[in-house]
Amino acid sequence: MIRPDAPVLLEIDDLRASVEDQPILKGVSLTIRAGEIHAVMGRNGSGKSTLSKVLAGHPAYAVTGGRVRYRGEDLLALEPEERARTGLFLGFQYPVEIPGVSNLEFLRVATNARRACKGEEELDTFAFEDLVHERLKVVQMDPAFLERSVNEGFSGGEKKRNEILQMALLDPLVAILDETDSGLDIDALRIVAGGVNHLASADNATLLITHYQRLLDAITPDYVHVMASGRILRTGGKELALELEERGYDWVDAELAAADRAPVEVA
Amino acid sequence: MASTASVGDLVSQPYKYGFVTDIETEKIAKGLSEDVVRLISAKKEEPAFLLEFRLRAFRHWLQMQEPDWAALGHPPIDYQDIIYYAAPKQQEKKASLDEVDPKLLETFDKLGIPLSEQKRLSNVAVDAVFDSVSIATTYKEKLAEHGVIFCSISEAVKEHPELIERYLGTVVPANDNFFAALNSAVFSDGSFVFIPKGVECPMELSTYFRINSGDTGQFERTLIVAEVGASVSYLEGCTAPMFDTNQLHAAVVELVALDDASIKYSTVQNWYAGDENGKGGIYNFVTKRGQCRGARSHISWTQVETGSAITWKYPSCVLQGADSVGEFYSVALTNNRQQADTGTKMIHVGPRTRSTIVSKGISAGHSANSYRGLVQIGPKAVGARNYSQCDSMLIGDQAAANTYPYIRSQQPEASIEHEASTSRISADQLFYLQSRGIGFEEAVSMMVSGFCRDVFNQLPMEFAAEADKLLALKLEGSVG
Repeated sequence: MIRPDAPVLLEIDDLRASVEDQPILKGVSLTIRAGEIHAVMGRNGSGKSTLSKVLAGHPAYAVTGGRVRYRGEDLLALEPEERARTGLFLGFQYPVEIPGVSNLEFLRVATNARRACKGEEELDTFAFEDLVHERLKVVQMDPAFLERSVNEGFSGGEKKRNEILQMALLDPLVAILDETDSGLDIDALRIVAGGVNHLASADNATLLITHYQRLLDAITPDYVHVMASGRILRTGGKELALELEERGYDWVDAELAAADRAPVEVA
Repeated sequence: MASTASVGDLVSQPYKYGFVTDIETEKIAKGLSEDVVRLISAKKEEPAFLLEFRLRAFRHWLQMQEPDWAALGHPPIDYQDIIYYAAPKQQEKKASLDEVDPKLLETFDKLGIPLSEQKRLSNVAVDAVFDSVSIATTYKEKLAEHGVIFCSISEAVKEHPELIERYLGTVVPANDNFFAALNSAVFSDGSFVFIPKGVECPMELSTYFRINSGDTGQFERTLIVAEVGASVSYLEGCTAPMFDTNQLHAAVVELVALDDASIKYSTVQNWYAGDENGKGGIYNFVTKRGQCRGARSHISWTQVETGSAITWKYPSCVLQGADSVGEFYSVALTNNRQQADTGTKMIHVGPRTRSTIVSKGISAGHSANSYRGLVQIGPKAVGARNYSQCDSMLIGDQAAANTYPYIRSQQPEASIEHEASTSRISADQLFYLQSRGIGFEEAVSMMVSGFCRDVFNQLPMEFAAEADKLLALKLEGSVG
């Protein structure tokens, strides 16, 4: 939902980042307002996953230039946990397993950390169980998964559902979903996409990072950005995704070659 | 980009108990000889049988070699460069706490072990040992009403010599091993517990060991006897000042459980571990053994080992009585240059004896952490069962973890199960928790507590939270 007067939640300006001294992001700019759904598409290695990790504060990535304003604040000055508490959410492409830490307890600690930041009272074990059982419905997840260790022994689809469950509990302002569709069968994709649609509102925003059109059949983006070689090459509406689907990424290479000859001003 | 503390910073927490109490101490000259053994015995006004025991041990010790089979390395120890007896100058044990040197009470206050009438822990009786001597034991009268004896071993030698003579050295013989023999020759003090027939000890018993002197060896001796149907839960804690030299600590603990008796022995060990380069710290060479002498008796060891430069320790159970049960629950945390070679021995002698071993090793920094355990099933141990689980967790990429399980069975029908796993706290796991709003320290602590839960559940309630806190402290760092 595009409303030009909606407040800006995330403003990325000429962001540059490298990993192990290898530049990956080479000047990314992107503005996200409340109510919007953005999709960043691109080939493997285009830098789209790096963008999500940098925004969430992964320590392996070094920011080398640019800035990111989040709710008017300098996002890059915040610790990863502070970003999360203030409502930035990253749905991981490969959620890690954490043996020995109960999923239920983990969800409760995370939810309470977010609630404290919003000035809401901490939920005790019972109040939290009520909440989590209600939110489980959003992703049609079996409550038995709460009793296990975080993601331990979960299938790929179960891990992704657990991510969306966390999103449903943490009530994010900006949700970045990194390749949430990868490794999902049609049914799981439908459930996960249904969850994301259910959680999207006029007050929050979603940034989908994806490879394929099929996720965008289920979640309609307001903007589609094509990323290549660490930059956003082109921005358009949902039809841009369809164009990519039709023409493949080859034309991107041509534009990229042109861009390398004369560096493009990125809007 | 915001700086995120590394796990390395997090585990490098300064040692809180490193202060030295300035108190006048009576010490004997350095070195060990038969004369020194006689001198210690004379200072303690011991009966002849005990001097004999010491001399026998000393003669054995002279013939023995320091063990070198453990996965540990340290420069040779000069046994003539150690003081074998040191005591704060206030010789006679005082009848009331009012007469104890306030400096000593203050020391224990600072360690979180208040001894004075008003502040003492409400349901825990404490024996406080400072260098070589016990300085106070709380709740003695209340325990005496139940027939429970809880006092320093020196006092027990004077007041209950018949019990000492009957039980001392019967579980760990004077010539058991190099360090046990040394302890038997020169032990200074420690605790004695006697729970008479049918009595369930009404409160937790606890001994707190404090090393203060820099050049003194520590040789405590603890003896716990539970008569038929008796039960007791006992906890020991320990700390030491920071010196850049190493101090030798060679203790012996003996437990005896008669028919239907039960002894639960818990340790929270936090001796000074040396600095980040491995300078200083305690050499902890300890022999702990319990004997389930009676039928259906039960001995349970729970240890949380976080300190010492070197830990060499294998709390064991000899399961002699039919249907007796031995348990070993251990968390060993090593950091920096610490080395630990620790585990247990479960010796199944009687029929239908059962043992459980749960060991959790956590290695951080450049430390080395080894589990070494023996499960032995004798020919008469029909229907014996053992279950062992040994898990290791690595923090960072410089630490080492080893598991050495030994199984010897002369009983084809025995059931022996062994499970082992190794895991690592990875940067990605930490980032995952952080990206859900959980702070770095809490994230590490969650993962470590989850890893240790099976063991912490075994600690007496009063101390379980303590142990959790201690691990968190050891892992606390410079976040924020």
